[in-house]
Amino acid sequence: MNDLLVDVRDLSVRYTLSRSFADLLRRKPGRELAAVDGAHLAIRKGEAVGLVGESGSGKSSLGRALLRLTPATGEVRFDGTDVLRQDRRSLLAYRKRAQMVFQDPLASLNPRFKVGEALAEVLRVHRLTRREEIPGRVAALLDTVGLDTEFADRRPRGLSGGQCQRVGIARALAVEPEFIIADEPVSALDLSIQAQILNLFLRLQREMQLTMLFISHDLGVVHHLCQRVAVMYLGRIVEEGPADEIFYHPKHPYTQSLVEAMPRVEFPKGRRELPRLEGEPPSPADKPPGCAFHPRCPHVMDACRQDPPPSIRRVGAAATACHLYPETEKA
Amino acid sequence: MAVSELHTPRRLAKLHERLGEPPRLVYIGAAAVAFWFVVAVFAPFIAPYDPIAQDLRTTLSPPSWAHPLGTDNFGRDVLSRIIFGTRLDLEMGILGVLFPFLIGITLGAFAGYFGGIVDTLLMRLLDVTIAFPYFVLVIAIIAILGPGVSSFYISVALVGWVSYARLVRAEMLVLREQDYVMACRALGFGHLRTMLRHMLPNAIIPAVVFSMTDVVIVILLGSSLSYLGLGAQPPTPEWGVMVADGQNFITRAWWITFFPGVAIVLAALSFSLFADGLAEWLGVQE
Repeated sequence: MNDLLVDVRDLSVRYTLSRSFADLLRRKPGRELAAVDGAHLAIRKGEAVGLVGESGSGKSSLGRALLRLTPATGEVRFDGTDVLRQDRRSLLAYRKRAQMVFQDPLASLNPRFKVGEALAEVLRVHRLTRREEIPGRVAALLDTVGLDTEFADRRPRGLSGGQCQRVGIARALAVEPEFIIADEPVSALDLSIQAQILNLFLRLQREMQLTMLFISHDLGVVHHLCQRVAVMYLGRIVEEGPADEIFYHPKHPYTQSLVEAMPRVEFPKGRRELPRLEGEPPSPADKPPGCAFHPRCPHVMDACRQDPPPSIRRVGAAATACHLYPETEKA
Repeated sequence: MAVSELHTPRRLAKLHERLGEPPRLVYIGAAAVAFWFVVAVFAPFIAPYDPIAQDLRTTLSPPSWAHPLGTDNFGRDVLSRIIFGTRLDLEMGILGVLFPFLIGITLGAFAGYFGGIVDTLLMRLLDVTIAFPYFVLVIAIIAILGPGVSSFYISVALVGWVSYARLVRAEMLVLREQDYVMACRALGFGHLRTMLRHMLPNAIIPAVVFSMTDVVIVILLGSSLSYLGLGAQPPTPEWGVMVADGQNFITRAWWITFFPGVAIVLAALSFSLFADGLAEWLGVQE
């Protein structure tokens, strides 16, 4: 596929749990925790992909790994080049093409900088705008995210959560990126503000042909915004496909229970008797053998307890990694 | 516009805006500290006599209208010597804090920002330094370098940086996990820009507050060392030197020792008032 912008293959993010100084001297390897464990994901140009999963499933780690904000192994191809093996200079070029919007809007802004200063700094560092044109560009950026020019003189502390998030979005847009990763950008906001910010994302994505990875634990939000959805469980993508398909015809038992657990007004027809999910996901530091989901899966079989699930493959319009769907169904 | 361009009032206004009205202690402390600066700067105009001019006709004369705080064994005016001594003692207090402050925050910032092996090495070095008692280590280094004010600065810098390094490192460790620091990396800002422009100004406040307390410690240390003959050398007017000079005559002329001692106490008190006020205002716990 030529219109592929981001191609993630076998991506893993491992954190070493802290070890003592004595162990360090003995060169004893620390215990590892795989936050992302061999994830595959493909994002096409201009497409908004939602990444959903419970907290601790590795969504944020995956997002950070895509921007090289956290060490990772595997392959992240962005427009053909492997991001994880870039040198400093091409990494800087990559940062102009891919940006991030963070979860906590206030914490993602330096409290000392006025909004205008923060935006101007990005323009200066990347030498995107001539000095005398910077104030105009800052005003234009604020306008894009629906903020008045007077906000340039305000500090983050004087802004509401929604306004802070708009600034965060403006800052990401300052480099005119093609790809934006939004890491739970609305989960810290009030419900009414959430809708405004989501609509802002929708508008930006359409107007600027942005490619987006939208990370959220809220299926409804993702369904509203994204054309495709990937579901993550304990570091792996367990199901991936068109948003409607995931939403109305989930294949993987985990996705099914996620959809079932969604609070909503109307139920899709004939899908009321799906099992609810019990308990907490296991710790990523101590994963069960076989399929990581098997202790909670309502359809658990012998194979699930012993063998890891098959790698993600096509089932109908979507793709999933589950023993329930044997090889023969491969389309 | 022209008025708001003035740097200091604007900065102060910004602090007001961010932190609210400072407690009265800040004003009292600031006034007390300012007093010593005025004395130091205008010493030649305030002091009634030359601080090192000897007048053997009036040796050991008690406080009088001519010599409000008396004269010493060489007939030098004690008041004038205290006033001129302010210059050196303040200088010792400030430079003796400035160098450790600069070294400490730089090392602490690097350790906290980069972590890993840089952090481990610096923290072990820090452990070794604090394993020795502060005074003993300072005196040992001065003993190697030879007595004098510059040896004093060097040894205080070599020993005193640890407090600042620890304070700044701890703050940097917290800040490193903040989203805005992650955002700096995502935006392609370099390490130095992220560390110095974005993190350090937010990490430095506890170190600044501590530096005011440290001025007290260093002024006391400087005058103690001068008293022991390891700092300022006679006939330089310096409070510790004066106390040392006067002690031979303590039974006949108490004022030679007593008044410089009072000056040391008052100067120390001024800075510690200011430090306490700042700590309260900026919300730093020590």
